[in-house]
Amino acid sequence: MTSNGNFAIEVRGLAKRFGEVQAVAGTDFEVREGELFGFLGPNGAGKTTTINMLTGLARADAGTIRIAGIDCSKNPKAAQHLMGVVPDESNLYPELSGFDNLSFCGALYGMAKPVREARARELLDRFGLAQAAGRKFAGYSRGMKRKLTIAAGIIHAPPILFLDEPTTGIDVASARQIRQLIADLNAGGTTIFLTTHYIEEAERLCQRIAFIVQGRIVRTDTVEDLMRQTDGRYAVQFAVSNGAAGLCEAIVAEFPNLQCQAVADGAVRVESREPVRIGPVVRFIEDRGAEVSEARKIRPSLEDVFVEVTGIEATAMKQEKAKMGAGA
Amino acid sequence: MKAWIAFWNILAKDFRAYYLKPPNISWGLIFPLAWTGMFFIRSGAGLDSVPALLPGVIAVSVLFGTTSLLSVTVTFEKKGRSFERLLLAPIPLELLMLAKTAGAILFGVANAFVPVVMAAFLMDLSAVNWPTLIPAIVLIAISSTFLGLFIAVSVSEVFEAQTFSNFFRFPMLFLCGLFFPIEQLPVWLRPLSYALPLTYGADVLHGSIHRLPHMPLALDFGLLAAFCAVLFALSLRNIRRKWIA
Repeated sequence: MTSNGNFAIEVRGLAKRFGEVQAVAGTDFEVREGELFGFLGPNGAGKTTTINMLTGLARADAGTIRIAGIDCSKNPKAAQHLMGVVPDESNLYPELSGFDNLSFCGALYGMAKPVREARARELLDRFGLAQAAGRKFAGYSRGMKRKLTIAAGIIHAPPILFLDEPTTGIDVASARQIRQLIADLNAGGTTIFLTTHYIEEAERLCQRIAFIVQGRIVRTDTVEDLMRQTDGRYAVQFAVSNGAAGLCEAIVAEFPNLQCQAVADGAVRVESREPVRIGPVVRFIEDRGAEVSEARKIRPSLEDVFVEVTGIEATAMKQEKAKMGAGA
Repeated sequence: MKAWIAFWNILAKDFRAYYLKPPNISWGLIFPLAWTGMFFIRSGAGLDSVPALLPGVIAVSVLFGTTSLLSVTVTFEKKGRSFERLLLAPIPLELLMLAKTAGAILFGVANAFVPVVMAAFLMDLSAVNWPTLIPAIVLIAISSTFLGLFIAVSVSEVFEAQTFSNFFRFPMLFLCGLFFPIEQLPVWLRPLSYALPLTYGADVLHGSIHRLPHMPLALDFGLLAAFCAVLFALSLRNIRRKWIA
């Protein structure tokens, strides 16, 4: 079933251009069987284009795609029976009921009527939608639609599942349920290719993550190895009232070994390669007439790694500065 | 076998979701009835005009019955992204598109028989050559459906599909020889007439009902079949180039 080792997905030199825009620029990656692989990047990074090429909804300009060892570069249909796809927007049939939608999706994979109907009932139960089985999809809430779309993606029990932004735009409770369902599916042996721009979601769910920016993969690693990049970094966040303006510049001037960033209304975050001594910083802030209501240590997150690896925030800042410069 | 389960269920789903809805059933009945009544009254020749009008009304019913719904079953589903679900199914694109168009073909054939049933009460149909009329109706339905499909996959909005359908449908009605003999058209328009599939369908209909075809029936059927093949192939090419780009 597999080619080299036990890769469920193997991609080499994948590229796609839309007019002037190089959406995907020669990416290489592989996803192991049973792995939950995250594809993390900002909007427009090339995540959906990559999924579309892998699943046969778009043609690659260059590169090779192997799904479960089957070369899909020339014939995208060759491995579609092994894939389940959950697109970034729910795309079931509004005029059909939840049950009929699942049964229809099962039929598309050649499942006989008794088999697909039994599976549809099982999934409706598992996704907490049994009560709404007879209701039209159009009348479902956003969270219910998302859950039914995922159920439709796994109606034929595919060994490989592509999930494109599965929790975008839904309420917190539904998002939590969906994350648990994804984790359960993976625990059951399904290989999952997950695209998201929620860094904490990727951190919580994925075993390995690829960072994609402007169509290029800039880093692929396990979550543990990515987080190791933050070893030896210390961060403390101070909640400050009355006098946070200009505070970061003053802190950096007073404590040259610290980096400082205003993170929210009245809060500053200081970072250092050595443990941050909280007392002197609090005294310094209070001597300036401000009041510190809280100081807490922050565990560096995957977001910090993402920012460090991709430099996205720095780029955005540069673009903003360039705009301001042009306008001046 | 598995592919045929998909084929049958796509067809059945389209029938449930689109074709068997009251507005479409009433459209399928009222439209042919209205055309028949309009031409019948306009001719002023009483019941004698029914045989002369029947081929035209059959063709109009099939043409509008088939092409009207393709903008919904294909363009609308593409716009709403539910068509992607079909493209992701492990069935050949050819079979998928045959499943998507089979409903329109059957709907068109059913529409064709509305004026035929009406005519049965008004004229003697014993002289009708059924072995050529029925295949002709089926081939006209297929070619019209594939014309509708070609338009539906060439545009991205439902209103564009409907507008372009009319751009083809109305000139075709007046150029295909159904209501005005092609020989009476200006010389410079005649080549255009012979480039339209309905011209050959109309000729078989006239031949089946009045026994007055202008061209050999084999040529009519052959060219209709060729139009079907070319339009279907062009539609698949457009889907591959535009929708799986």
